[in-house]
Amino acid sequence: MALIELVDISKSFDGELVLDEFNLKIKENEFITLLGPSGCGKTTTLRILGGFETPDTGKVLFQGEDITNLAPNKRPLNTVFQKYALFPHMNIAENIAFGLKISGKSKEYINDKIKYALKLVNLSGFEKRSVDSLSGGQQQRIAIARAIVNEPRVLLLDEPLGALDLKLRQEMQYELIRLKNELGITFLYVTHDQEEALTMSDKVVVMNQGYIQQMGTPEEIYNEPENAFVADFIGDSNIIDGVMLEDRVVKICGSVFPCIDEGFGRNKPVDVVIRPEDIIIGKPGQGIMDGVVTSNVFIGVHYEMCIEAGGFEWLAQNTTSYPVGTRVSIGVTPENIQIMHKPQSEDEEAISLDD
Amino acid sequence: MTKTSMNSNLKRLFSGPFLAFILCGTLVPLGVIAFYGFTDRSGAFTIENIMAIATRNHAQALGLSLGLALISTVICLLLAFPLGLILKDSKLGKKGFMVFVFILPMWMNFLLRTMAWQVLLERNGIINIVLKSLGLPLLDIINTPAAVVLGMVYDYLPFMVLPIYNALIKIDKNLIEAAYDLGADKLLVLRKVLIPLSVPGIVSGITMVFVPSLTTFAISTMLGGGKVNLIGNIIEQEFTVGSNWNLGAGLSIVMMVFIIISMALIEKFDREGEASMI
Repeated sequence: MALIELVDISKSFDGELVLDEFNLKIKENEFITLLGPSGCGKTTTLRILGGFETPDTGKVLFQGEDITNLAPNKRPLNTVFQKYALFPHMNIAENIAFGLKISGKSKEYINDKIKYALKLVNLSGFEKRSVDSLSGGQQQRIAIARAIVNEPRVLLLDEPLGALDLKLRQEMQYELIRLKNELGITFLYVTHDQEEALTMSDKVVVMNQGYIQQMGTPEEIYNEPENAFVADFIGDSNIIDGVMLEDRVVKICGSVFPCIDEGFGRNKPVDVVIRPEDIIIGKPGQGIMDGVVTSNVFIGVHYEMCIEAGGFEWLAQNTTSYPVGTRVSIGVTPENIQIMHKPQSEDEEAISLDD
Repeated sequence: MTKTSMNSNLKRLFSGPFLAFILCGTLVPLGVIAFYGFTDRSGAFTIENIMAIATRNHAQALGLSLGLALISTVICLLLAFPLGLILKDSKLGKKGFMVFVFILPMWMNFLLRTMAWQVLLERNGIINIVLKSLGLPLLDIINTPAAVVLGMVYDYLPFMVLPIYNALIKIDKNLIEAAYDLGADKLLVLRKVLIPLSVPGIVSGITMVFVPSLTTFAISTMLGGGKVNLIGNIIEQEFTVGSNWNLGAGLSIVMMVFIIISMALIEKFDREGEASMI
């Protein structure tokens, strides 16, 4: 049975629909991430779970029990807030002890728990420090410590790493995974950062405009995006109009590519997704189509190049650099071509993510 | 002339009127008060004017002033904090409007407002006329300390509401949600988060109600009818009717000392309070 279940949740603010008949099941001991652009309804979902918002319609079930109208302080879950929300008039130990004191734990128990939690977040000895004296990353870890000492069944995390710099964010990602494995608590994580989502999650839920676009493991989401929105939102990709000529054959930009997808019918317009790292660059005539390199940027491990071919600007990544102006060929192995149905209706239409 | 020195000269020029105001409006009068307070009519040094506070009617007046100021401050605090909470969470129209309604009376001269209460509370005043017509017992508080406290509370309540409201709306909503999230009920959120974090507002509210209440003579004159003698009334009479400026100045100095002591006590409580309230 699912630990938490959201059933047909709808919620609108000022007449604007944020969640529409939203359904989600969260299993015990799962690291599940709600991923999407701002305004997609992910934070609202989290706040409904935390009890800070009441859905207009629908139910929140916890182990099958309806907790839709239960006050936040009665729910068996704790939240790590985006801006940490540490109490500025209390020191670190008092912040961590806040929930434990309320639940009437003994002094020894509380002291032990504070020590344990601080050790867990690598901040031993910080008991007497003031909130102001801590850096952003340290404050965030205290916020996590304050939540986990209460041994919640579920930890809700609302973009907790959003305010940290890149290096710290990456460190914290690994710490969160470690914490989750050590504690055995279910994590529900909200972020707009696809890298964060892919790194940490057991399951990623990609959301847009109040709907779930795709749900799956990070590998599934990355390798087999179900629609252009997901493909565009997760990682870089070439999304191209194509025509499925017959099973296993797709025509893109005037050239015919072999692929492995079947069952789309004959001469059907489709969306084709090709990841930039999957584009094979070769000498002219050796690939499927020829083109010219129009830009070339070194971005660390590899070079990111644009190749003009067949009237489309292909984004390609390669560890070998091809200077601008070079004539090259491009090719793709059949299994790296992802074919998707064109959106049928307005609702399904993925919004542009050019920004 | 370099640019920076010109700038600092300009700044000095602009601060001139302010310095002149401080000098003429605060420092010189304080010096004059000190001079009068520590001299007799012939101009010789004496501490008699200061010691005069020990005489029975002066000490009584000071005691009554402290008592009434304390009572009205407590009443204002008890009214203003819940009011601040209500205003903070108010969904009635624009928040600014509700606050505006409470601040509106502040724009009226407080003598007028006090006079209004005089008319309302009089033996044959509006309240009693209404009570009489309803067959209810009459209200007889005009010219009593109760009427003076009522006047103080009415006149100074906005000065308590504003700083408390300002402190309350500045509290990060996430902190309140975090407290609920960690299992706190409404009362605990109030005790552990809202009250401790609004202490600066509470302290300035207390200051802004307590000090004018302690020194008022207008409210006690109008609503006390000469029967409620506060230290402010005595000082005023020494300067006007009694024309003993030396005694008036001496008593003023004593009152200033009491104000400073009270403020120091509040500050001390504030700091200790912040540390112990956790």
